[in-house]
Amino acid sequence: MDTSRLGDYAAFGVLLLAGFAFVAAAMAANALLRPSAPSRAKGSAYECGVDPVGGDWAQVHIRFYVYAFLFVLFAVEAVFLFPWAAVFRAFGATAAAEMGLFVGVLALGLAYAWRKGVLRWR
Amino acid sequence: MLLEIAVKTAAVLAAFLVLPLVVGQTEHKLMAHMQGRLGPMHAGGFHGWAQLIADGVKFAQKEDLVPDAADKPVFKLAPAVALLPYLLVLLFIPLGPGDLVGSALDMGLFVVVALVGVGVLAVLMAGWSSANKYTLVGALRGAAQLMAYELPLVLAAASVAVAAGTLSLPAIVTAWNPWWLLWQAPAALVFFTAGLAEIRRPPFDAPVADSELVFGYLTEYAGLRFALLLLAEYVGIVVVAALTAVLFLGGWRGPGPDSLGWLWTLLKTGALAAVVIWLRVAWPRLRVDQIQALCWKGLVPIALAQLVLTTAVVLAL
Repeated sequence: MDTSRLGDYAAFGVLLLAGFAFVAAAMAANALLRPSAPSRAKGSAYECGVDPVGGDWAQVHIRFYVYAFLFVLFAVEAVFLFPWAAVFRAFGATAAAEMGLFVGVLALGLAYAWRKGVLRWR
Repeated sequence: MLLEIAVKTAAVLAAFLVLPLVVGQTEHKLMAHMQGRLGPMHAGGFHGWAQLIADGVKFAQKEDLVPDAADKPVFKLAPAVALLPYLLVLLFIPLGPGDLVGSALDMGLFVVVALVGVGVLAVLMAGWSSANKYTLVGALRGAAQLMAYELPLVLAAASVAVAAGTLSLPAIVTAWNPWWLLWQAPAALVFFTAGLAEIRRPPFDAPVADSELVFGYLTEYAGLRFALLLLAEYVGIVVVAALTAVLFLGGWRGPGPDSLGWLWTLLKTGALAAVVIWLRVAWPRLRVDQIQALCWKGLVPIALAQLVLTTAVVLAL
């Protein structure tokens, strides 16, 4: 079984290439079968069939940025959960206490954001 | 080893091409009957079984429309970015014990969660490059939703990893016992709900809300590229259902000999996929703010509490 890890990674790489090959083959078949009759109307932005109103800029609320920030804070910490979960049993109570601290900080951060009204969609 | 890799690649590709069509056809028929209709009846003769194949043939012959104002390379690449991560996830899902898995990598769970997270990139690529205000709004809704639900998804997955003491998916199934159905029930619920949001299925379909945003970030897509994006949605259903079955419902474990294990995995996955379809029929679309509130104020605290509970129980045992 000592070669299995290399095999596992190789299978991943081969499948990735096969996936791209599948998409490429589908698009190539499409290129052979499809008609091509471009026109100005087909190339314009689609808004339910009427002429597009205004440009392609839409104002976006700052709240998206806040949520993205919130996510980055949490996700970076959450990534560390996985290596911890794998070795947790070997360390026992010490590791559990550390994780308690860690989850506590996460929960505190969420409570703070909640209290500050960041979670309200305004 | 080369032969083994070739067989596994072929098997995963076959599953990738067949299972989503089965789910799609089931959706056509199940949804129709739930709404008092018949659904497709013509294609293929018997109850319209070939409807999706006919759809595929039609999509393959359609004109490839790219908006003049679009960022063309990004626009053209987005369907592949949406589709391929799910294909790669299928490689890690154990169908049965022993060799019935594409890749038994030790950190399988970690890779799977990372791959599911790529979805947000495809949504932003598709929406931004289309140069259309509706696609942009849809993409930003989608990005906010996918990023938010990534967190409970990861936390629920971590809870299983703690319970099993490993990140390898086949080892998690081996470590599973029926008591997990109770012990890990909150995590299972959180994982399935977050997974539903990750694949933007109703009731979490605000990013493509067809009655508000034309068709969200998919508005400008047509022909085969649109078909590939739709295929990604249905592979997503298979992936979320299979992952839930493997992590929380014991995968191939069930009554009967181990050699029939693959049947259990498929059955559990199929049942969960039917639930995904059922939810589409039964639930109205959640508003954008409701989607965020459900995640941050509901699923994330539950997932954190479950993690503490799991750790405490593992420590006590």
